Amino acid sequence: MSIVHVKINGIPVEVEAGTSVLDAAKAAGVKIPTLCHHEDLKATAACGLCIVKMEGSPKIQRACASPVQEGASYITDDPELFKARKTVIELILSTHPAQCLTCIRNQNCELQTLAAEFGIREQPFEPRVKRIPKDESSPAIITDPSKCIKCGRCVEVCQDLEGVYALEYIGRGDNTQMVPACGLNLDQSPCVKCGQCAAHCPVGAIYERDDTEKVRNAIFDPDKVVIAAMAPSVRVAIGEGFGLPEGTVTTGKIYTALRQLGFDKVFDTNFGADLTIMEEGSELVHRLTHNGVLPQLTSCCPAWTDYMEKYYPDMIPNFSTAKSPMQMQGPITKTFWAQKTGTDPAKIVNVAIMPCTAKKFEIGRDDNMSSSGYKDNDIVITSRELIRMIKLKGIDFANLPESEADSPIGEYTGAGTIFGCTGGVMEAALRTAYFEVTGKELANIEVDSVRGLEGVKKATVDINGLKLRVAVVSGLVNVKNVLEEVRQARAEGKEPPYHFIEVMACKGGCISGGGQPYASNTKNRIARSEGLYEDDEHCKIRCSHQNPSIQKLYKEFLGAPLSEKSEELLHTTYQQRPIYK
Amino acid sequence: MSEKNELKFSDSLMQFINEWKEKPGNLIMVLHKVQGELGYVSREAAEKVSELLDVPLAKIWGVVTFYHFFKLTKPGKYNIAVCLGTACYLKGGDKVIETVEQTLGIDCGQVTKDGKFSLESVRCVGCCGLAPVMTVAGEVFGKLTKDMVPTILSRFE
Ligand code: SF4
Ligand code: SF4
Ligand code: SF4
Ligand code: FES
Repeated sequence: MSIVHVKINGIPVEVEAGTSVLDAAKAAGVKIPTLCHHEDLKATAACGLCIVKMEGSPKIQRACASPVQEGASYITDDPELFKARKTVIELILSTHPAQCLTCIRNQNCELQTLAAEFGIREQPFEPRVKRIPKDESSPAIITDPSKCIKCGRCVEVCQDLEGVYALEYIGRGDNTQMVPACGLNLDQSPCVKCGQCAAHCPVGAIYERDDTEKVRNAIFDPDKVVIAAMAPSVRVAIGEGFGLPEGTVTTGKIYTALRQLGFDKVFDTNFGADLTIMEEGSELVHRLTHNGVLPQLTSCCPAWTDYMEKYYPDMIPNFSTAKSPMQMQGPITKTFWAQKTGTDPAKIVNVAIMPCTAKKFEIGRDDNMSSSGYKDNDIVITSRELIRMIKLKGIDFANLPESEADSPIGEYTGAGTIFGCTGGVMEAALRTAYFEVTGKELANIEVDSVRGLEGVKKATVDINGLKLRVAVVSGLVNVKNVLEEVRQARAEGKEPPYHFIEVMACKGGCISGGGQPYASNTKNRIARSEGLYEDDEHCKIRCSHQNPSIQKLYKEFLGAPLSEKSEELLHTTYQQRPIYK
Repeated sequence: MSEKNELKFSDSLMQFINEWKEKPGNLIMVLHKVQGELGYVSREAAEKVSELLDVPLAKIWGVVTFYHFFKLTKPGKYNIAVCLGTACYLKGGDKVIETVEQTLGIDCGQVTKDGKFSLESVRCVGCCGLAPVMTVAGEVFGKLTKDMVPTILSRFE
């Protein structure tokens, strides 16, 4: 890699050839204002805010889309550039509905922040706001095109990170809208509800459906037993809403906050994750030892499941029938726990707290999601929604004392907690599968080869002589090559290239899910992953099969993994679905 | 969607698509040809092209909504094209459109309920000397005034 020497406002920096002026400036400690640019995505150069000058050249360049030139000296700020930038913002504001006070992104909006930073105090341009109706067809995602500033991030995300192609630039010029094809709404489109478009939208034009009011109403209803359970990756994200460093593990504080919010019981979806490993791990061992269909594909990400049913229905026999941790936690609460405590399951309201917008869709996927005889989960709120609820209640989160989850379906192991990172399900499953196959515990339970943020990781893991070939994918766009390998081997009658494949829709896994606090970037992904691995290390028990509460659940209620009762409550089925409705 | 798509392309269109399948820039060529055959690009036609070329439907819809050339609805028996090129615009092309819209009770880009007329605006039909101009089913009418519009339309049955 060749090195290029440039100056940014006179500050010399060395960067790799091909680096954008924007990133070179960052390396020099210089901030260039941006709006359309996002580090996860290729530059669309749509907004024109990042303009810079190069000494000796009359041309003005867009820093996000211009690679540095050897020896060049860039100027990022002068009166002319400032004025041009300010005008860009003023022009955007003139087409933007002035609804900050009632916007879901109020105080958390990139456009608002820019307007504040540039000290925009009046609107010199005639307002020309277009009123376009919201699309509220999806159970997970709402779009409000009137607020769209046409940065293009959502389209790039949907196509280049997720390979879904639900959204596209439709129309041209001023009339361009980021919407599905053929005038269809989001629910009729191929959208898999991952919410990555919402996580990347700089403004309030795409966002999660807000279900916090449903939760509050349930809590205020004296007849209801309202139960909370949070997903693994929520515990390393909530702190960010209250000024704690990215990736801080706040499990105990969240339990306390949930009780202060009025939840009657606080369990933990990490318990459900341990249960998923028991079922999914046993299924894998069964497939391996009984000549079953391989590779086995993980099924805990509902966006991935939806994608598979639409784009890869030929993989249905490969799909693990095990439900996701959330969909295991739910029915166990309404059966096992309800019976044990003499609670009427009809009165239970299960609230799942998730990093994920697709989970809002998952709870109503089909009848299998009502295996307890009731809706197994009643409401899903995302991390962002929980943060809002805690703030509304005035809870001083950062200074809360810690508490424990309720027994007997709240205890979890380190294996359950790492579900939130890409590679975590794989690692957790390997820890238990090793034991199931060999009867011995894995000596070094940290499987480094499946850790890290790469979109595709491949490894071979030795289980007592059995060389298990595995692949881990995050970001749906990356699934294609891996599954094509599988298809090809199948077509040629060859041995499958893998035994087990984990897929998560979101880049980096659920830690960077579509419902997490806004910061979908590498730095944040690393911090949150480290938080989860740290949580794992601090757990006394780090393998799902060693979880005493899990062992008890099987002994008292389920029998064994893959038993009739387990199948009934904890497993599901899949079906081909049309890409477009 | 794909298995229910019963739209049939003609043999020559299919042959054209097969020839162009692997060539870069094929999408616009193919869509051009499709519109030539069907008069417009329907959702079904776009879906079929999506299948044949293995291009996501959204991408195709992005293209057909980007270029004014493509029509997304079936044109009426008589298509009315009102010129909004510079010359026509300055001479009141927009008034002509308004009058047609009022006369037929449709907006630009729509088709009358009976399928008889469709209305679109175009950029310069190349008879600027006659501005403002419109064409009805290919026949050119120039130096238009508001009053002339109903009379002209009544000639098309
Ligand atoms: S939720 Fe995911 S699949 Fe749906 S539009 Fe957004 S990015 Fe695309
Ligand atoms: S919806 Fe949001 S992400 Fe998409 S183009 Fe508009 S402002 Fe950008
Ligand atoms: S990776 Fe996690 S957060 Fe993202 S869609 Fe899948 S389950 Fe949801
Ligand atoms: S940030 Fe570079 S053009 Fe928008």
